[in-house]
Amino acid sequence: MKSDPGFYDYWPYEKRPNIQWPGGARLAFWVAPNIEFYELDPPANPQRKAWPQPYPALPGYGIRDYGNRVGHVRQMEVLDRYGIRGSISLSTALCDHHPEIIAQCAQRDWEFFSHGIYNTRYTYGMSEEQEKEMILDSLSSIKKHTGQHCAGYLAPALSHSENTLDLFAEAGSELAGDEAGFYTCDLFHDDQPTPIRLRSGKRFVSIPYSLEMNDTIAYVVNKVEPRRYGQMLRDNFDRLYAEGAQSGTVMCIPTHNYQVSCPHRLKAFEEALEYITGHSDVWVTTGREIASHFLDTQYDTALANIASKQGAC
Amino acid sequence: MALDPEHLQYPNRTYGMDHDRYEWSMLSDRRPVQWPGSAKLAVWVNVSLQFYPLNQEGKPFAVPGGMTMPYPDLRHYSLRDYGNRVGIYRFLNAFDQYGIRPSFAISTELAERAPYLLQRICEREDELICHGWNMDSLHYGGQPLAEESELVERSITRLRELSGQEISGWISPARNESENTPELLVQNGIRYFCDWVNDDMPYSFHTKSGDLTAMPLSNELEDRFVLMNNLHSEQSWLEQVCDACDFLLQEAESSGGRILALNIHPWVLGQPHRIARLEQALAYISSCAGVWNAPAGEILQHWMAQQGG
Repeated sequence: MKSDPGFYDYWPYEKRPNIQWPGGARLAFWVAPNIEFYELDPPANPQRKAWPQPYPALPGYGIRDYGNRVGHVRQMEVLDRYGIRGSISLSTALCDHHPEIIAQCAQRDWEFFSHGIYNTRYTYGMSEEQEKEMILDSLSSIKKHTGQHCAGYLAPALSHSENTLDLFAEAGSELAGDEAGFYTCDLFHDDQPTPIRLRSGKRFVSIPYSLEMNDTIAYVVNKVEPRRYGQMLRDNFDRLYAEGAQSGTVMCIPTHNYQVSCPHRLKAFEEALEYITGHSDVWVTTGREIASHFLDTQYDTALANIASKQGAC
Repeated sequence: MALDPEHLQYPNRTYGMDHDRYEWSMLSDRRPVQWPGSAKLAVWVNVSLQFYPLNQEGKPFAVPGGMTMPYPDLRHYSLRDYGNRVGIYRFLNAFDQYGIRPSFAISTELAERAPYLLQRICEREDELICHGWNMDSLHYGGQPLAEESELVERSITRLRELSGQEISGWISPARNESENTPELLVQNGIRYFCDWVNDDMPYSFHTKSGDLTAMPLSNELEDRFVLMNNLHSEQSWLEQVCDACDFLLQEAESSGGRILALNIHPWVLGQPHRIARLEQALAYISSCAGVWNAPAGEILQHWMAQQGG
């Protein structure tokens, strides 16, 4: 085990090269709906239980199924109203189980990125070969069912190994060279994209995917009241939008169709989206587009700047 | 280091669900339902009347809301009892004030222990739902079939004897089930249950003994979950109910009838500092145009006539 994963060097949030977003926008805004499939009776991972109760664990399974049966369309309609294309963190087995959802999102030109195969299959305990097989399977599923080369990764249930990011980048290269496997949502160290150091040397970035703005973290872990969640989203935006006047920032709202789409929570979410998209200098975009823009225009400058900051100031 | 190969095998990775209990169905694809009087929203208030034994065994887990202290946990025992003695009568007044016809899910042992309360509800001609034997008699995976079979049969039969009602609905304590619970319910004449909360509308649930209907009694909006689990304020519970009511009424405009289901507990909302929030929620709901209030069995009857079978 390591004391530091070694993905990035210290890079202070001051005196960085200015990030320019398309159209002079201050802030790149993206919404990442997690569209997940949880199994009722998965094989038991030796390090993490899928459900607190013995089979059949109705409460947890039921509400997640609710998300796909009921919540998905509600969230999609809200995103449609504000001109937002979702960047889907996808349990790729959902392509097989619920192709209707995939078709609706594909029709809207939403992005699909890999969130593993099932959210009840954890990376813990996998050999490197097994993890590579799982990641390749998920990327191939996305290509097969949507035609998209998968650009991004969020490990299933945020379960990682030391090799996860390397394996994802390499799987992307194996399938589609630099067209696939070039950004991760697994790291929460910054409000701007940052270069990630991989064993392959591939040009690869971390894109801000906020844990604090994640509806499941807010509602389940931090037990936030729905209207307060709406206020948190607006406050988060206000500060990033203000700072974006100097150098472009990124705001992400990671969602789950079983949280944000419940009837008692949609209003707060929708009001926040209306507020955010009502500002003029917001680039409403996707994870892939943010990553591509950064790699094309900022990545080399960022690397040089990071290198220059490794001594004392 | 490696996982057993089964961890990378996906035998259920095919169209639909990963089990055969019900069909995959998106709510937005279903035929619209019409409620009586062209109402948009059916409001179903369910009161859970529960008996939490002092000598809780906690098998296989301590039920949420149950005893947490070393025996005898008088604080939690008596505070739950408070609901059935005091809080429930505040509820009844509120229901009468706003013309609400709730269902009452009752622990059969409570029906046995509090004949006054049972008679009071039966005289109102409100619908009873069987809520198991008591809150420490859980149904759970791995439970011996004979043990659970006796428990289900005793809970339902005894409640029928005590109440004289047909008893066609069921809510498991803690909404926990074994792999056999749905079959046992059908074998005991239950027509609908409220344990699987994965929809906002009823749907058919398959058992080896025939179909049940799953009724959508929201977990996420219930008073205990919002106030005791999430630790939200009373005011926030009220706002969440009003926001849900508004949203579902709006969705019903284009999608057909919807259901707002409120599961409430007299030991939670029956407290003096909370009861006004329940009254305000009922006042708000009652003031909305297009609302039809009915107990579960009646909502189910209208749904079955249009969508069942």
